Amino acid sequence: MTKKPKKKSAAASKAAPRPPGIETLAIHAGARPDPVTGARNTPIYQTTSYVFDSVDHAADLFNLQTFGFIYSRLTNPTVSVLEERIAALEGGRAAVCAASGHAAQFLAFFTLLEPGDEFVASRNLYGGSITQFGISFKRLGWTCHFVDPNDPENFRRALTPKCKAIFIEVLANPGGIVLDIEAIAAIAREAGIPLIVDNTCATPYLFRPFEWGADLVIHSTTKFLSGHGTSMGGALVESGKFDWTQGGRFPTMTQPDPAYHGLTFYETFGDFGFTMKARAVALRDFGPCMSPANAFYTITGIETLPLRMDRHVASAQKVAEYLEGHPAVAWVSYAGLRSSPYHALARKYLPKGAGSLFTFGLKGGWEAGVKLVESVNLFSHLANIGDTRSLILHPASTTHRQLTDEQRAAAGAGPDVVRLSVGLETVDDLIADLDQALAAAD
Amino acid sequence: MAGPVNDAAHPPPSLHYDDAHLRRILTGVRTIAMVGASPNWVRPSNFAMKYLQGKGFRVIPVNPGHAGKPILGETTYGRLADIPDRFDMVDVFRASAEAGAIVDAAIGLAAAKGIKVVWMQIGVRDDAAAARGEAAGLQVVMNRCPKIEYGRLFGELSWSGVNSRIVSSKRPRLTP
Repeated sequence: MTKKPKKKSAAASKAAPRPPGIETLAIHAGARPDPVTGARNTPIYQTTSYVFDSVDHAADLFNLQTFGFIYSRLTNPTVSVLEERIAALEGGRAAVCAASGHAAQFLAFFTLLEPGDEFVASRNLYGGSITQFGISFKRLGWTCHFVDPNDPENFRRALTPKCKAIFIEVLANPGGIVLDIEAIAAIAREAGIPLIVDNTCATPYLFRPFEWGADLVIHSTTKFLSGHGTSMGGALVESGKFDWTQGGRFPTMTQPDPAYHGLTFYETFGDFGFTMKARAVALRDFGPCMSPANAFYTITGIETLPLRMDRHVASAQKVAEYLEGHPAVAWVSYAGLRSSPYHALARKYLPKGAGSLFTFGLKGGWEAGVKLVESVNLFSHLANIGDTRSLILHPASTTHRQLTDEQRAAAGAGPDVVRLSVGLETVDDLIADLDQALAAAD
Repeated sequence: MAGPVNDAAHPPPSLHYDDAHLRRILTGVRTIAMVGASPNWVRPSNFAMKYLQGKGFRVIPVNPGHAGKPILGETTYGRLADIPDRFDMVDVFRASAEAGAIVDAAIGLAAAKGIKVVWMQIGVRDDAAAARGEAAGLQVVMNRCPKIEYGRLFGELSWSGVNSRIVSSKRPRLTP
């Protein structure tokens, strides 16, 4: 180049400005003041539908030729704020919310798979996901191969030509297990298929899967994101970096779609084409939309996510250390403990903390576990995680009940296992509660 | 070696445009010559043309295979040089390999037609052509879609859950 332009108007060589920190994004991303009223907090748009400017405008909206609101099954201004916020927190390109984490998973797989397609999943998943993938998806013609995720090569060995995705929880429910996502992402990349990570247990504050090679992220926003045990919800987030062409392997993305008058989603919407398709086809035709009120509660919850997660993991660490030193406790599976086989992976991938969900077993086995669960006064005995309240559960009889004995043992939910979700109460009170309950169980 | 990038999913990381810069372009330009505009209503170029028309832009289609016929109410021309009216921006909906010749044509017509901006669509990039355009006083944007950037900068893309990367406590204007 001989001539230099006087003014670098295109600014093409200039580095991008420093992006806002995650605490700033948790409060501001997606939520500018309302353009009409100036309302600073996000209003709850409790409306089913939106007026069209004209017949032509309506047609443009239905054709996806312009952006806008038609009907709250597809888009709603309150839900949109939450979608953009979660996309921003994950460092992704776009997100679509759903009625629950399970619904978000359905949106992802319906957008990816044709009948007869397959995928490979870690066997260390939330029990409900194992049932959804292994039993209910089978009725739609989708086959899931479950593998022991501790050796990443198991994913490669299980891949078939019909496999269209790998699905994992990096910080796995019911707890204590951390996967080597970098190695698993390399296998997915070589195979030319997306890596999907359920990031519910870690949240983007502790772990951002896209930075380690994930292509899609799933959330149950019901858990730490909403954070207060008030609101069901799910989200599907797209990195925007996956090349869906792959020699025609993903026809749902690259072939003209009969559900949309021959529109080709990847070509038309590029790096947010997967989200557009999940919304415009799967959400439209199956209908598991998030309510605006639940979106509002979740948006409000996310504003304090960084503060809450710091306290969640600090208290979980203290409770795990207490339990590890207790004579009645046989084992504790928390990756924040030095004794954990996953401690090195946790330090690599989760430097801010290994989550607040973990499991342990009592020397007295199942009977002592039952006694413990029934003797606590502060921990709540229920089937949820990521609440401000501390929660206790026996997975084998609840969340992982539909599995076989072998599946339960493989998922870390054997008969002696007790699961804790450590909340935000005074940690000494939590330890005192466990202390009296362990004495009662002894 | 930086070559042309034809993969919509992998924009080169070095290509950054300030939001304020893109906003200035999109609020300054009124008439766009769209090279590669398609009469087929499900094609991305037709989507972009219709969207930009709806935002008040005049879009003049350029497509040699369709010259003389209308697209979305506008007469199509075979080449930029055939357009009788003035236009501020050239939008390149052609492959990277063809971008250089279109940029050179825009440079040649800039004074006569009032061209200030050459904008290459997602997946379209020719760094050498961009340097020639900038040296000739044109503003050049590559590997972006004006429809998507317009939607992102003025709030509409956020309605579809897309990360606009805009953080602001100011009340937004939905249209410029």
